Amino acid sequence: MIEARNITKRFGDFTALDHVSVDVPTGSLTALLGPSGSGKSTLLRVIAGLDRPDAGTVSLDGDDVTGRPPQKRGVGFVFQHYAAFKHMTVQENVGFGLEVRRRPRAEIVKRVDELLELVQLKGLAKRYPAQLSGGQRQRMGLARALAVDPKVLLLDEPFGALDARVRKELRAWLRRLHDETHTTTVIVTHDQEEAMEVADRVVVMNGGHIEQVAPPRELYDAPANEFVMSFVGPVNRLGDTYIRPHDVELSLEPNGATQEAMVERLVHLGFEVRAELVRDDGEELSVQLTREQTDALELAEGQIVYVRPTRQTVF
Amino acid sequence: MGRYLLRCGALGYLAVLLLAPVGLVFYRAFEHGFWPAWHAIASPDAMHALKLTLVAAAIAVPANMVFGILCALAIVRYRVPGFRLVNALVDLPLALSPVVVGLSLLLLYGRNGWLGGHNVLFATPAIVLATIFVSLPFVVREVVPVLREIGTEQEQAASTLGASGFEIFRRITLPSIRWAVAYGVVLTTARALGEYGAVRVVSGNIVGQTETTTLFVANRYQDFETQAAYAASIVLALIAVVTLLLMNRLRPKEETR
Amino acid sequence: MAARAEALPLPRSWPSGGAALAVAFSTAYLSLIVLLPIAALVWATHAHASWQAVSSPQAVAALKLTVLVSLGVAVFQAIAGTAVAWTLVRDSFPGQSVVNALIDLPFALPTIVTSLTLLALYGPRSPVGVDAAFTRWAILLALLFVTLPFVVRTVQPVLVELDREMEDAAASLGASTFAIFRRVVLPNIVPAILSGVALAFARAVGEFGSVVLVSGNVPFRTEVASVYILGRIESGDPAGAAAVSVVLLGIALVVLLGIGAIRRRATRHDG
Repeated sequence: MIEARNITKRFGDFTALDHVSVDVPTGSLTALLGPSGSGKSTLLRVIAGLDRPDAGTVSLDGDDVTGRPPQKRGVGFVFQHYAAFKHMTVQENVGFGLEVRRRPRAEIVKRVDELLELVQLKGLAKRYPAQLSGGQRQRMGLARALAVDPKVLLLDEPFGALDARVRKELRAWLRRLHDETHTTTVIVTHDQEEAMEVADRVVVMNGGHIEQVAPPRELYDAPANEFVMSFVGPVNRLGDTYIRPHDVELSLEPNGATQEAMVERLVHLGFEVRAELVRDDGEELSVQLTREQTDALELAEGQIVYVRPTRQTVF
Repeated sequence: MGRYLLRCGALGYLAVLLLAPVGLVFYRAFEHGFWPAWHAIASPDAMHALKLTLVAAAIAVPANMVFGILCALAIVRYRVPGFRLVNALVDLPLALSPVVVGLSLLLLYGRNGWLGGHNVLFATPAIVLATIFVSLPFVVREVVPVLREIGTEQEQAASTLGASGFEIFRRITLPSIRWAVAYGVVLTTARALGEYGAVRVVSGNIVGQTETTTLFVANRYQDFETQAAYAASIVLALIAVVTLLLMNRLRPKEETR
Repeated sequence: MAARAEALPLPRSWPSGGAALAVAFSTAYLSLIVLLPIAALVWATHAHASWQAVSSPQAVAALKLTVLVSLGVAVFQAIAGTAVAWTLVRDSFPGQSVVNALIDLPFALPTIVTSLTLLALYGPRSPVGVDAAFTRWAILLALLFVTLPFVVRTVQPVLVELDREMEDAAASLGASTFAIFRRVVLPNIVPAILSGVALAFARAVGEFGSVVLVSGNVPFRTEVASVYILGRIESGDPAGAAAVSVVLLGIALVVLLGIGAIRRRATRHDG
């Protein structure tokens, strides 16, 4: 259990965190989600002890660690740019934490072996970081953080520097890893899809504040405010009403509750089709359809359709 | 066409300025065969001078290496208010005339100086102090940019893994800057062995006692013993060539790192 | 703005004994080795009220000669050094790496040996029949030799790092080779050239070892400032020596401050 209470952190006249309090339950995989500058990375670094808060307390498993340096917190930290020890081989990198703890040689060798197996880097044990791909380096970073059996695992945009395909792979792999080990994990990301896919709890942050804490589904279905609503997915804003693009029904005939609109543009994205509409009152509306729906309606650019929101949110 | 002109111009400039004179010294030194040159170098005065030069370097180089590493760390990693002044002053020995350096030491340790009366001047300690002064900036200057470039992420990672401050320094920081340190040490050594102006002022220049190899070269030349001067020059030039080779072995590693 | 604040290099969060040690040791070392002697020099000048020694005709002549020749050398190296750096980075020819290594020779070669080498080639027994010894030309040659690496070694890495796409872009927009150099390359390497020139100038002003044997040291004609200072010391006039020394110290400090300013401006450009 990580408990952060009333954390405030300023850099010069910029307030990165403004009285932020958050709990991370033991065994959970929590995502800190927000745009850049929202304070999510700073919060993670405060938990790790890499940044010292100006005010507030951090406790790990009921143990107040606020005044403790990172060395004495028992956390595992994974960096966005890997922070690989460039002059050490993969196995030396992974064994580093155990070595500075003066563990017996044989134990280190065994543990490093296990971890390299776990992150699928067994054949590359004697390589140097410069000889690895980005994805391999980050798996090494994970193994290195896990080697010391941390109470909590903290990941700072761990997949941010990787290309889309590798990022997806590693995400799924991280989720499986967590399901096996149940290490309390916090992952920082600015990618809402990543947060939704990997985490069982999402903390949405903005401007040094927490906007909402909820499971992914609830976040999407019941966002606490307009910031969360528009950050976790695409949204149409009509006056003070918010409508998701897939919550709009299209028909070719008016039926009382509908409103007239013209199809301005159709974008085919494989199975999904995005229709950009302009309502007769001039409001623009983006609608998400399947290919079947589009075909059934025989939609074409310039066509007049009738729209009705099936679900809308007003804050 | 322009490219060839530029190439020929640049190479010609280097040849006239660098290669021809240095080559000629080698020729002059061995003009009368190998043995006269050898006897000039093996004379007791020449050997004593060489020993003194090596002693001064053997003290100055390690001292400046330790200082260089710590000072670079202090400049880059720890933001102490007012330390920017130190950062600026570190380069002073590079820009200051060696004769001025010598005079400053003369005034500080001279009879009426603040630290006078300790038999520093006209003896080995003064030579060592002058050598340390003139060769002080090289390690700092090489290490600072490398420290800036490697950043603190690796050090932070080590701290989350439980490494203490000293362990981080020894196992992460030091290995990351080792080539820069080595390069700086080579430059320091070259400067320490070759210093002339500052040493000339503070050493007293007593043959067989406070005469370093560079002083030996100048003194013999002025006494019209050109054979001995050229021969000792060859020794220094050979050290310079070794330095040059080391500099070039170390530099590419800096770049690929 | 917010993103920039997050990207700031963070100071170390935890005070450590090591930091205090590094700061204390390097401050003490620098003070003892460099600052204390310099302070003694300045104080001695002040104590002997020897400022008027600076204005003695011989001192003025030596300072004038030193500064003028050094300025000439610095300007010449700005052009020659940039050309050499360009040849080393952008041209390719057999033996390039050897030439590249040779650039450092003046750094590695003791100055007194430089003196001898120049005398051997351009001195009384010159095999090419050029006897420049004991003239101002000899001073110029010696200073060119010792200051050669400065501009080359500051410009070279900047040229290596310089984005070739900028030049390609300029070419695609119709710029001639000369226009590309003047409008695209030059503005990017000017800070490096300037700091190299400043270093070369400082070195030239203070140079002693390579000049002392070749210049002949004729007062009012071929006596440079550092040689003049040595003359004052050896004739038992430390006050006169100190006065001119303080002038050289002032020049050195101004040059260092100038280089600092150039670097700060250059890095601001990069951001």
